[in-house]
Amino acid sequence: MQRQVVAVQGWMTAGEFAALYALAQAAPGPNMLVTTLIGWRVAGLPGALTATLAMCLPACVLTFFTARAWHRFREAGWQGVVQAGLVPVTVGLVMASAAVLAVATTRDWQTGLLTGVVAVVLLTSRLHPLCLLGAGAGLGALGLL
Amino acid sequence: MPLQPVSLSGLFGGFFSIGLSGFGGVLPWARRMIVEQRRWLTGAEFTDLLALCQFLPGPNTVNLSVALGARFHGARGAVLAFLGLMAAPMAIVIGLGVVYGRFAGVPAVQHGFQGLAAAASGLVIATALKIAAPLRRDPPGLAVAALAFLAIAVLRLPLLPALVVLVPASVLLAAARRRR
Repeated sequence: MQRQVVAVQGWMTAGEFAALYALAQAAPGPNMLVTTLIGWRVAGLPGALTATLAMCLPACVLTFFTARAWHRFREAGWQGVVQAGLVPVTVGLVMASAAVLAVATTRDWQTGLLTGVVAVVLLTSRLHPLCLLGAGAGLGALGLL
Repeated sequence: MPLQPVSLSGLFGGFFSIGLSGFGGVLPWARRMIVEQRRWLTGAEFTDLLALCQFLPGPNTVNLSVALGARFHGARGAVLAFLGLMAAPMAIVIGLGVVYGRFAGVPAVQHGFQGLAAAASGLVIATALKIAAPLRRDPPGLAVAALAFLAIAVLRLPLLPALVVLVPASVLLAAARRRR
């Protein structure tokens, strides 16, 4: 995406793209929201809506029909096999993206410790995740990290 | 399948709450709402559906909203779940874009974001472990998951070639075990 926006189309500089990307990561919602920001930066509100829809529509239509067909054939034997094969790969991918993200946000031992503590607390208690995210942001803003 | 039928407004509201709270990626919040709070799916059903959405093109949680919406209420459900997921984040991200330029240089804000990002990583790790839980008593499955983890996180192989090798291998393994 970065190559398309910065080098091919020349819509913005690489630094600007990185800033928008960080912003989309920090905001709530799916990470693909960087598309919304790029659209907004290039062509205002209509650009934001168009870019988001263009990014989502083909995938959504495909998902819609695939998911329905998938659900309809849920009793078929071959589907159970494919599903049983897909699940471990998915688990590995989700774990990998968690690890890559954690490495990227670990700037020193304090931030690394914070990441570990948050993970353990969430696995062992029913505390609301927003409390922990707020605590992280607060510790950072106070200069304790 | 949920114990009680899921209404259209429930579908919109549920995904709206995911979009509104999805700091650091939506997946942790999607699992929390769908499995832990509203019990629309069991943990194993969620992992199954996520596996399908992961391998379709497009963002996996967007696919998840469409797939789940379609399952409960057809096309109307898919559209409402998608709009619910996207409405609040789009508004917030544009608002943030507007104010960002003014406060980006303040050190306290920068450090606050670093703390937020580190805490969000912890949240994502916890969710990844919960998603892995259905594999607990499945050593061959765990081995495949470890291989996928190694390929992407450690060796940093490109995603598509890694999947082209891993997915057929994993499906064949599942088929061989089923036959026994």
